[in-house]
Amino acid sequence: MTGNGVFQIAIYFLVILALTKPMGVFMARLFEGKRTFLHPALRWLETFTYKLTGVNESTEQRWTQYTASLLAFSIFSFLFVYVLQRLQGVLPLNPQGFKNSLVSPDLAFNTAVSFVTNTNWQSYAGGESTLSYFVQMAALTVQNFGSAAAGIAVALALTRGFARQQVNSLGNFWVDLTRSVVYILLPVSFLAALFFCSQGVIQNLHPYTVAQTMEGAKQILAQGPVASQEAIKMLGTNGGGFFGANSAHPFENPTPLANFLQLLLIFVIPAGLTYMFGVIIGDRRQGWTIFSACAFMFLVGVFCCYWAEQRGNPTLAKLGIETNATIAQTGGNMEGKEIRFGIASSALFATVTTDASCGAVNGMHDSFTPLGGLIPLFNIQTGEVIFGGVGAGLYGILLYAIVAVFIAGLMVGRTPEYVGKKIEQKEVKMAMLALIVTAFSILVFAAVSSIIQFPSPTKDAKGQPVAQSYWNPPGPATANLANSGPHGFSEILYAYTSGTGNNGSAFGGINANTPWYNLTIGLAMLMGRFLFLIPLLAVAGSLAMKKKVGETLGTLPTHGPLFVGLLVGTVMLVGALTFFPALALGPIVEHYLMQNGKLFSVLLFAIGS
Amino acid sequence: MLQQLGTALRMTILLTVLTGLIYPGIVTGVCQLLFKDKADGSLILRNGQVIGSGLIGQNFAKPEYFHPRPSAAGNDGYDPTSSSGSNLGPTNQKLYDRIKASADQFRKDNPDYSGPIPADALTTSASGLDPHISVANAEAQAERVAKARGANLPIIKKLIASATEHRDLGFLGEPRVNVLALNLALDRQIPKTK
Repeated sequence: MTGNGVFQIAIYFLVILALTKPMGVFMARLFEGKRTFLHPALRWLETFTYKLTGVNESTEQRWTQYTASLLAFSIFSFLFVYVLQRLQGVLPLNPQGFKNSLVSPDLAFNTAVSFVTNTNWQSYAGGESTLSYFVQMAALTVQNFGSAAAGIAVALALTRGFARQQVNSLGNFWVDLTRSVVYILLPVSFLAALFFCSQGVIQNLHPYTVAQTMEGAKQILAQGPVASQEAIKMLGTNGGGFFGANSAHPFENPTPLANFLQLLLIFVIPAGLTYMFGVIIGDRRQGWTIFSACAFMFLVGVFCCYWAEQRGNPTLAKLGIETNATIAQTGGNMEGKEIRFGIASSALFATVTTDASCGAVNGMHDSFTPLGGLIPLFNIQTGEVIFGGVGAGLYGILLYAIVAVFIAGLMVGRTPEYVGKKIEQKEVKMAMLALIVTAFSILVFAAVSSIIQFPSPTKDAKGQPVAQSYWNPPGPATANLANSGPHGFSEILYAYTSGTGNNGSAFGGINANTPWYNLTIGLAMLMGRFLFLIPLLAVAGSLAMKKKVGETLGTLPTHGPLFVGLLVGTVMLVGALTFFPALALGPIVEHYLMQNGKLFSVLLFAIGS
Repeated sequence: MLQQLGTALRMTILLTVLTGLIYPGIVTGVCQLLFKDKADGSLILRNGQVIGSGLIGQNFAKPEYFHPRPSAAGNDGYDPTSSSGSNLGPTNQKLYDRIKASADQFRKDNPDYSGPIPADALTTSASGLDPHISVANAEAQAERVAKARGANLPIIKKLIASATEHRDLGFLGEPRVNVLALNLALDRQIPKTK
C-alpha cells in the first residue's frame, strides 16, 4: 500500500464524516415536514405532484397501507420498464436503431425487476449495444429515482416506528417518496450531472460518432445522455451503468476527481440517514453509534481489499512483471483496472459500492485477487449494512440492532430493548425471517446453478432438433462461466449474492443472459427486496404501537463502544456462520491455490450448440 | 388497495415525465450550452476528420507510436460499442497464457528495455478503452519510438514528461500518460522521416 493511496482513502472517509451531520439534519427536517432552505425554490413542485397524483399530504398510513402503496408503485414501475424495453424499436430517441428483438422477454423481465428493486444487475451485454436512449432515460433513469426514494421511505417508516408511541400510523409513502425525489435526489443529481459533464462525461442525443483512428482504423464512439443518468446512478446507490463497463468507462467516469465525487455520492445519503435516525428518535448518540459501527467495518474492509490488490498475483509476477508500486507505475493487480484510478481508488470503489447496495464498478471484480474479491462478496452477504443502500442500509442495520439486543438480552436474561422500545417475539421473528430469506436465496440458487444440467434438445428422425432448449444451452449451467475451478464457483455465488442483496455488481465473466439465469436471478432480486422490507415494515408497525419504556439501571445502553462492538460482532457472526462454507469453496480456497501457482483451464462447452 | 393503484399509476407516469424526460432534457440543454465539447465526447479532429476521443483509447501497433494497454473490448480491442474487461480470474490459465504472450511481445518490441515490465503494459483495463498508460510504461517504450522516428531519446522523454497528467488535486488517482495525445504530439513535433 502506498502512502498516497492510504491518504486518498482517509480523505474520502473524512469528507463523508463531515457531510453526515448536515445531511442528517436536513433530511430530519425535511421528513418531519418542516421547511428547509430548498422550500422556497421547490415547494411548488412538491404541491404540484400531490395535486396531479391525488395525494393528501396530511394523511398518514398504517403499516399495511404503507406497504400496499410501495407494492403498487413497484408493480407499475415494473410494467413501465418492461414494456418500454420491449417496444424500444418503435419508440423515439433510438439513433442506432436498436430493435425490439435485442431484449428478449426473460431479459426484459430481469432488467425491469433489477431496476425496480434498486439492484441494477445488468444481464445484457452493454447498454451501448442493446438499449435506446429513450429506454435509458424514461425507463432506467426513472427507476434510479423511484427505487431509491422507495428505499428511503421504508427507512423512514422504520425510524418512525422507533420514534413514535401508541399510534398505528407510520407516515405517508407517497409524501416520503415525493419529498425524497424533489428535495434530495433531483437537485443533487442535477448539480452532480453538470459537474460530471465538466469533467468529460458525455451528455447528448447524437448518433454514434465514426472516427478514423491515427493508424487508419474505424472506431465507433458510443454516445448518449450519460451524465444525467450517472449522477442519480451513484446518488441513489443504483449502480446500473449506461455502458457495459459501468464507471470504468471513460465516458462515465473520466477523471479521478469525477471518481471521487461518484464515491461521495454513494455514501452521502446512507451516512446522513444514520444521523437522521438519531435526530428523529431524539437521541443523536444512537445515530453516531450506528455510524461508528459502519465506519469500523468500512475501514477494515477497504484496507483488506487494498492490501490484497496491491500485493497482486504471485503467479504472474514470475513472468517478469513489476509488482511493486514505484513512482512511475502502480504495480499490484492491474488486470481489470484503469490507470487513472490505479489500485487504491479501485479497491476503495469496490469496497464502497458493495458496502452500499450500489453495484457500480470502476474495476472488474472478477479479475480481483481472491481475497480482494472476497471483500465485495462478503460485504453484500452481510446485507449491505455498512452504510448500505439509500434507506436499505439503515433499515438493514436496524434489523441487526434488533438481533444484537436480542442476543445480548438472552445472555444477561433481560427483555431486550432498543431505543426505548421492547423487542419482543414478533420483532425478532420478523428480523430472522428477513435474514433467513436472503441466506436461502443466495445459497440455494447458487447451489442449484452449480449442479443443474440441461438436457439436449430432442431430435426427430433426421437428427434435426425439434425443440430448442429454452432455459439454457444443453449441458451444465456452469458452462456459462468464464472461469473454472473455485473462481467459477465464485462467479455463480457472486451472481446470486448480488441479486439477492440488490447490489448489481458482478463477477462479470458469467453469461447470465439466458432464461435460466435471468429468471432465477430476477427471483432472487424480488426476494431480497420485498421479503426483506415487508417484514421490516411489519416490525415498524408493531413498534409504533408500543409505549416507550424509560431507561433504568438495568437497561443495556445501545450507544457507545460496547454496543458498537456488539453490533459489529452480530453482523460478522451472522454473515460468517451463514456464508463461511460457501466462501471457503470459492475465494478462500482459490487464494491458497493461487499462492501455490495453481492454474485452471476453462472447460470448453460449446455455448448455443 | 384500488385507490393505491390509481395513485401508483399517476405517480409512475409523473416520475417518468419528470425524471425520465424533463430532467435529462434540461441537463442535456445546459451541458450542451456550457460544456459542448465535453458533452459531445471530447472529440479530436485532425484535418477536419474525427480521429478519436481524448478520453477513449485506440489501437496503435506501429513502432513509431506509443502502444496502449491490451484491450478486451470487442474482438480487436478498443471497440467503444463493446466496452468490457477480460473478466479472467487470477487462477485462469488463459490469463496466464495471455500475459505471457504479451510479455514476450513487449520484450520483442522493446529490445532495448531490460527492466521489469510495468503491470499495466500486460493487463487489460476494466473498460477496454483505457486511454492511458503508466509513466513507466511510456518510458519503457521510449527508445523504440525514438529509433523508429530517428529522434533523440531525450526529446521523446521530454514529450512524455509534458504529456504526463498528474494526480487530480495532487492526491487523487495516479499519474498517467494519454497515449493518443502523446502520439499526436509526436506526429506534430517529430514527423516520421521516410
